[in-house]
Amino acid sequence: MSFRVGPVGFRVGSDFAALIATLRALYADYPGPEIAHFTVRLPATAPWRRFLRPSVAIEGDYMLPDAAPLPLAQGLLAAEMAMNLQVALGHRRHLLLHASCVERDGRAIIMTGESGAGKSTLATLLGARGWRFMGDEFVLVDPMTGDVYAFPRAISLKNEAIGVVQHAIPGGRFGPLLRNTPKGDIRHLMPTPDAIARMDEPARPALLLFPAFGASRDVREVGSVEAFVRLTQASTNYTALGERGFDALADLVERVPARAIDYPDGQTALAMVEALWEAA
Amino acid sequence: MKAGCLLATVLAEPARAGTLAPAEWTALITAARAEQLIGTLALRVDSGTLPRAVAEVLHDARDAATEQRRAALWEAEMMRRALSHLGVPLVLLKGTAFAAGGLAAGQGRHIGDLDLLVPRAALPRVEQALLAAGWEWAKPDAYDDAYYRRWMHELPPLLHRERDRMIDVHHTILPLTARTTPDADALIAGAVALGNGLHVLAPPDMVIHAALHLFADGDLAGGLRNLWDIDRLLREFSELDPDFWLKLHARAAEHGAGPYVARAARLAARLFATPGPAAWRRTHVSDALFERRLLARDGWGRETCRLTRLAFYIRSHWIRMPPLMLARHLLVKARRRVGPAPNE
Repeated sequence: MSFRVGPVGFRVGSDFAALIATLRALYADYPGPEIAHFTVRLPATAPWRRFLRPSVAIEGDYMLPDAAPLPLAQGLLAAEMAMNLQVALGHRRHLLLHASCVERDGRAIIMTGESGAGKSTLATLLGARGWRFMGDEFVLVDPMTGDVYAFPRAISLKNEAIGVVQHAIPGGRFGPLLRNTPKGDIRHLMPTPDAIARMDEPARPALLLFPAFGASRDVREVGSVEAFVRLTQASTNYTALGERGFDALADLVERVPARAIDYPDGQTALAMVEALWEAA
Repeated sequence: MKAGCLLATVLAEPARAGTLAPAEWTALITAARAEQLIGTLALRVDSGTLPRAVAEVLHDARDAATEQRRAALWEAEMMRRALSHLGVPLVLLKGTAFAAGGLAAGQGRHIGDLDLLVPRAALPRVEQALLAAGWEWAKPDAYDDAYYRRWMHELPPLLHRERDRMIDVHHTILPLTARTTPDADALIAGAVALGNGLHVLAPPDMVIHAALHLFADGDLAGGLRNLWDIDRLLREFSELDPDFWLKLHARAAEHGAGPYVARAARLAARLFATPGPAAWRRTHVSDALFERRLLARDGWGRETCRLTRLAFYIRSHWIRMPPLMLARHLLVKARRRVGPAPNE
């Protein structure tokens, strides 16, 4: 099967027909490209592992030699990891930031942070409150224009975030609950039809946020130098792009104000983001 | 057409790209990535009238190749700075040599590790100088280390601790256990200075090295790329020097590499229509088997022809060392595989 997420077309193949059927159902609203940019392979780790304790290997055009296979019950996570890997290692048209992103009136908020900082949850909740969800894994910065492009694949909700989002978006299109994966419990949520239909629309970055979940409410201004260093760490292809990557990132941090926000719960975070947006 | 075959065809005749259906493009791109020939393909195929996704993929591939080339030449310069005070000849090999020498074989080529050839007598000093300049052992293991030092044509790989780049320091171009022993002193004596303190092998030696690397060492995995190198080298050198084939023949005999070089020329002609003298063309029955191995890649990037690959894997061990030594080597490796689990 093939589908396009933002500017990236994927072809996915597997020994497991059920896994492809699940992906097909989840990605039914996405356009199907004739020629994919990347191929993802999700084979059984050995011929008998199709049937006995079925196990999915993570393969494709780009591979990591030490990528551990996953049980078939976590096949959607294997697909997600394999897709991420292709983009992270192979995509060079844009500067990639490991971040989530939402848009309103053509202007975007980019949110980046460690795993568990809440960037997926925040973008998802904002997406349910009138913002356009642009992605929860990669934000693609065009080095020529400085605009950001969306990569709205299935949102990967983890652990406590699953309950929070299910409560906030009861009618959402959720995938199956994947228990006890290497990243904890995971449940995928498909972006809204509007987010998928508009995924080719770029946006102007207007605010950079570095959220951190857990501490009491706090907002700090982040200077362009600190933002630059943090974003080099959040980019998977900054080094590979050479001078083009440097220029794109330097331009971004000089143009866009950056804030670090600490928040104790989702409602507080949403209020903080909306307030910062009004002020930006 | 099988994807491996399609890849070889389009590389040899880039005009064929204009006739490909979408499914063929997807298979071609995937196979080219798997064989690490995507950068080469991107430079071969004209970007005028390509489908949009193809143009985007090939643009990224050209871009990646340019960046790899820059990084490889920089790494060679870092090595030169670390070793130039020793006053020994520093001969670049393989991809970095093609790029540094401005050869057609270097265009779009994937370049991984830095491969360096130095005189065997200088090896201890080279090793010390590299360790002092920030390189470290990549896989410290007593058996491997001893094995490399006693039997291999290179030091165990060294990794630079800051740049995370690997260097393979060779003192000859085939393992000492192989059936053929090329004349390493002659390789170094004949090397061509680049004018920046670095050298590359003389044209015939460069072809001989590529042929030995592909057909006298290893199981031909990823070998299509090496055969493409051979095609480009043969075309470029024979165009520059009308006597090149004679010189290649004589030099190959000196290194005891005649049959391997002849095999390389025949397979390059078979797969890439490399021009060459008629005397080099007499086909061997086994060429078909080598061709099958080199093209064993499907449109999903997977290796095909399991039995052929197994046969070449066994051959790779057979030609690498004598039987008794092989038995001992495999025993040590097998024991290690079932050895005690590491602490957690």
